[in-house]
Amino acid sequence: MAELTYREAVRGALREEMLRDQRVILMGESITGYGGSYAVTKGLVEEFGPKRVMETPIAEAGIVGFAVGAAMGGLRPVAELMTVNFALLALDQIVNSAAKFHYMFGGQWSVPLVVRTVSGFGQLGPTHSQTFEGWFASVPGLKVVMPATPADAKGLLLAAIRDPDPVIFIEHSLLYSTKGQVPDDDGLEVPIGRAAVVREGDDITLVSYSRMLLQALHAAEVLEREDGVSCEVIDLRTLRPLDYPTMVRSVGRTHRLVVCGEDWRTGGFGASLLSELQDRSFDDLDAPIARVAMRDIPLPYSRRLEQVLIPGSQQIVDAVRRMS
Amino acid sequence: MSEIELVSGPDAPGGELMAGVASVLGAPAAERRRSLRQLPQGLALRLYTAMARLRAFDERAVILQRQGTIGTYPPYYGEEAVQAASVLALDDRDWLFPTYRQNAVATLRGCPPESPLLLWRGNPAGWYDVHRYRTAPICVPVATNYPHAVGAAWGSRLRGESTVALAFGGDGSTSPGDFHEACNLAAVVVAPVIFLVTNNQWAISTPVQQQTKVTRLADKATAYGIPGVRVDSFDVFACYEAVAAAAARGRAGLGPTLIEAVGYRLGPHGTADEPSLYRDPERARLWAGMEPLGRAGAAMVDAGLTTLEALEEIRESAVAEMLLAGDQLEAVPVPELEEIADRVHLSTPWTLSPDHLREPSYPRAG
Ligand SMILES: Cc1ncc(C[n+]2csc(CCOP(=O)(O)OP(=O)(O)O)c2C)c(N)n1
Ligand SMILES: [Mg+2]
Repeated sequence: MAELTYREAVRGALREEMLRDQRVILMGESITGYGGSYAVTKGLVEEFGPKRVMETPIAEAGIVGFAVGAAMGGLRPVAELMTVNFALLALDQIVNSAAKFHYMFGGQWSVPLVVRTVSGFGQLGPTHSQTFEGWFASVPGLKVVMPATPADAKGLLLAAIRDPDPVIFIEHSLLYSTKGQVPDDDGLEVPIGRAAVVREGDDITLVSYSRMLLQALHAAEVLEREDGVSCEVIDLRTLRPLDYPTMVRSVGRTHRLVVCGEDWRTGGFGASLLSELQDRSFDDLDAPIARVAMRDIPLPYSRRLEQVLIPGSQQIVDAVRRMS
Repeated sequence: MSEIELVSGPDAPGGELMAGVASVLGAPAAERRRSLRQLPQGLALRLYTAMARLRAFDERAVILQRQGTIGTYPPYYGEEAVQAASVLALDDRDWLFPTYRQNAVATLRGCPPESPLLLWRGNPAGWYDVHRYRTAPICVPVATNYPHAVGAAWGSRLRGESTVALAFGGDGSTSPGDFHEACNLAAVVVAPVIFLVTNNQWAISTPVQQQTKVTRLADKATAYGIPGVRVDSFDVFACYEAVAAAAARGRAGLGPTLIEAVGYRLGPHGTADEPSLYRDPERARLWAGMEPLGRAGAAMVDAGLTTLEALEEIRESAVAEMLLAGDQLEAVPVPELEEIADRVHLSTPWTLSPDHLREPSYPRAG
């Protein structure tokens, strides 16, 4: 085990897999000089050279389209989009090309592509503070991964690069400096499609992912201490394919569920998760499933208003208290 | 990199990159004096004043960011000439489509400087009246403002007005599809629009050589069948002439023009950036002498248009104005949630109405 930041864990996965597999290439805007918008790829061009760590023009659609072609042609491209907000410019390539080619052409093409991008906020304003994982997770043909811890960031990225299908890998800007223990074993994957029970509990299940995992863990501590409520906390880690059995098992014991996300309430990822669970777990539930999400308002630039709107541990605590 | 290479590098001042760019201040002294003396009465001083006010705004904004009064801010030190020249060469009825880099340009049309500062403070009071100042809200998603300008210019034409629209952008903004689509559209429909691309040679840490293989961005115009002109971005007089000529073309019904204002990004990309991590600080030092305010002032004094003292007075009053603007910010109240909910739409749907937000059935968890 070594203590690494989330940023170092992502970089470590890229580096290890580039050493192991010559087919892995990186591409993106300002990824050589500054190391991308969050300095994740810093130092990699010095080690692997500009043919494998490619500085690109500002051209999101082009970057992803290029990566789709490179993947079909036998490479293992990892394309970086500075933030998920700019992935909007590449949506057609992601949805109509990457996600479709295996299906539409009788399995003759596969697109082993990873799109690495970043969600997050922090006085970035309405166009730069969005979370679109629900959109990607609604597209058949894509896999969507959103790690919360350094260990998962590394293990899941390794799995994503080796995966034969297109994977959208969404990091969180507010997690980059968080630290955690990461196994030393070279190349240890965390399987895509498996959730983790991060904290065991008996009274209520909190389902979360990415930054909201930390918020859920904090809420669980507060509820244990102040209310004597024991929360089981699940980290989804992968949003598509989604590990329903782990959630169903947990709800079978706790009989209550809160679904926690950062995206908009209407059409957000938690909405479809919730509809599926009320179907699969209805008989186990003692209360309606509660949901923590962002109000249907674009996140403003103001620090204070941002804090009012961003869902966090307090909203989770409130939701649990209203249920009990 | 050796000193010699730096000084003689093709992309240094006086190098190949700047060869042939339109320049008033770069001409031999006698010619330069003659050009300045032939300017319309008072124009040089108006250009200087506009640049001084933009400079003072920018310097104040950087201080306010350091003090925590405003959030991350994109400084434009060194790009005042392009902005001041654009506003003054256009009519006040013409449309401007700025990016983050030209965030204060509406202040040259009477907009109080508090407005853009409040925007960076994240206060909805920060938005100026777009129609009054004919200046669109800044666009941060790169290149998205180019097609807007084409549409606005087309709208003016349909209404039989003779206004033009000018969209700003950077070297990096010539890569996304929006730029190409806008140039092509404008050319095809003959829209009275000006694409003003400031080639400061950097897009965050990406050098222009990795952005495009075209040395002269203006050459891209050929592909759209429109004129592409090159001008010294640090020369307010040359920029003025270029924008005025492009505007005249647009008004005459001849369609769009691409202007490449060539220069160098003298400062960081934004207040959170540290350029020494990816570029040689020596290079910025080479360009430091091209800084447009001092350069214009020296030439104006040399041509006998004004005195050092008069220029100092202009700068001081600009600094005082921006100091005052900065001092007003903290007093502006931060709005409540209901107020911003009410701004999501013009006709607020009942689901975002204050009554509904207060209703017990409203999901209070976030
Ligand atoms: C579509 C899109 N992709 C990426 C970004 C991130 N980004 C912000 S500014 C910038 C560089 C722009 O460079 P340039 O066009 O040269 O303008 P300058 O900053 O030099 O004025 C980038 C890549 C963005 N805002 N929008
Ligand atoms: Mg630039």
